[in-house]
Amino acid sequence: MKIKMPRWFYQLASPKWFYDITGMLLPWFGLAAILLLLVGSIWGLVFAPADYQQGNSFRIIYIHVPSSILAQSCYMMMAIAGAVGLIWKMKIAHVVAGACAPIGASIAVMSLATGAVWGKPTWGAWWVWDARLTAMLVLLFLYIGVIALNSAFENKASSDKATAILSLVGLVNIPIIKYSVEWWNTLHQPATFTVTEKPAMPPEMWIPLLVMVLGFYCFFAVVLMIRARIEVLEREKRSDWVKKVIENYGR
Amino acid sequence: MNFLLSAIKRELLLVFRRRNDIINPLAFFLMVAVLFPLGVSPDPTFLSEVAPGVIWVAALLACLLSVDGIFRSDYEDGSLEQMLVSSESLLALVLAKVLTHWLVSGFCLAIISPLVAMMFFLPEQGYFALIVSLLIGTPTLSLMGAIGAALTVALRKGGVLISLLVLPLYIPVLIFGAGTVQAGAMGLAIQGYLALLAAILVLSLMLAPFAISAALKISVRS
Repeated sequence: MKIKMPRWFYQLASPKWFYDITGMLLPWFGLAAILLLLVGSIWGLVFAPADYQQGNSFRIIYIHVPSSILAQSCYMMMAIAGAVGLIWKMKIAHVVAGACAPIGASIAVMSLATGAVWGKPTWGAWWVWDARLTAMLVLLFLYIGVIALNSAFENKASSDKATAILSLVGLVNIPIIKYSVEWWNTLHQPATFTVTEKPAMPPEMWIPLLVMVLGFYCFFAVVLMIRARIEVLEREKRSDWVKKVIENYGR
Repeated sequence: MNFLLSAIKRELLLVFRRRNDIINPLAFFLMVAVLFPLGVSPDPTFLSEVAPGVIWVAALLACLLSVDGIFRSDYEDGSLEQMLVSSESLLALVLAKVLTHWLVSGFCLAIISPLVAMMFFLPEQGYFALIVSLLIGTPTLSLMGAIGAALTVALRKGGVLISLLVLPLYIPVLIFGAGTVQAGAMGLAIQGYLALLAAILVLSLMLAPFAISAALKISVRS
């Protein structure tokens, strides 16, 4: 069976085309990320109303929720890019997947750290064995496994494929882990922490949150493109176009 | 089918020629379990409370310890490469290897687990749940562990790496396995837990062999 994909999809397989197109997109995404993050954080931290229960401490939501969402979608992106690389034998997809892993891991750490900072005033503890916290921690472990495997191979081609397989196995497991942790949590833990059940938010609270989420995605795109571009240059260092790029650099 | 049977026969023969491979995971299982009373508290009420979790964690670690070698000797003497280029089904070979690993690790662990359960003062009504949950849960551990073993077989420092890759994937099995024993020890129904463990087993039995054989191909060609 042969599936015909649109033209741009096959063009993406060319490292030079990828380098050029991301070079064009990069400034726009960078601008959007700066604007959205600036507007969102000032709006969220200064102008959004304080929570009637948690006061001002809830404002960390504007960092915590976007990073948690992004950490999960980053894993999804990594696994899908890995699958594309395996199926269509596309090197660029492996480059993107490899670039996703460290970004996703650091965002997962950020989500856990902001969660801990938020947990201290609301729950009275830095860490509780809440289902969502535990699932995020496991996600971080999955990222660590992918990064460790990726750096263990000397041969780039086999490291790409092995990492892709591992991230696909992880992708199948993520829902199972999520539900098992949730069920374990309801069994072991009496419902002490119902504070996590958010009251329906008024628009003045969730619109800045939405802006922050979009800003985080743009930021992710920027970092991803930068990392992938550097990796492409590194891998294609023997080709003529890379030599030209390097020679023209700074002119 | 014939090939599957002869492959299993070969693997079992190899295991019985090196009996230490059977003893080592079991001894490891016992030693890890013994560490808990020594390190935490020998109090019977405490021990019977933590018994399900401790026994399951010890079993999981024993499986993990032995899964690293599942493809290694065949990789090192080159026979794995011959198996990959042969016309026989790679999936059958993988299944034979995983099944043998389970017979040597998980199955034996399930059989000696009542011994540890007795040392941990697990209520007697929990014994059945313990054995059955280990019998249904540990094949999944062997399948998932074989994915990690296949990915790392070509690497020299596979040992620590394989635990990093595989341990997060073991979490659901640990949760439901220990949950079965806990429910059984309290005299509650365990069918729901067993059904979940069986569902995870069926899912990994369907998908893992493909991942394992793809990983083997990558490792051998690298």
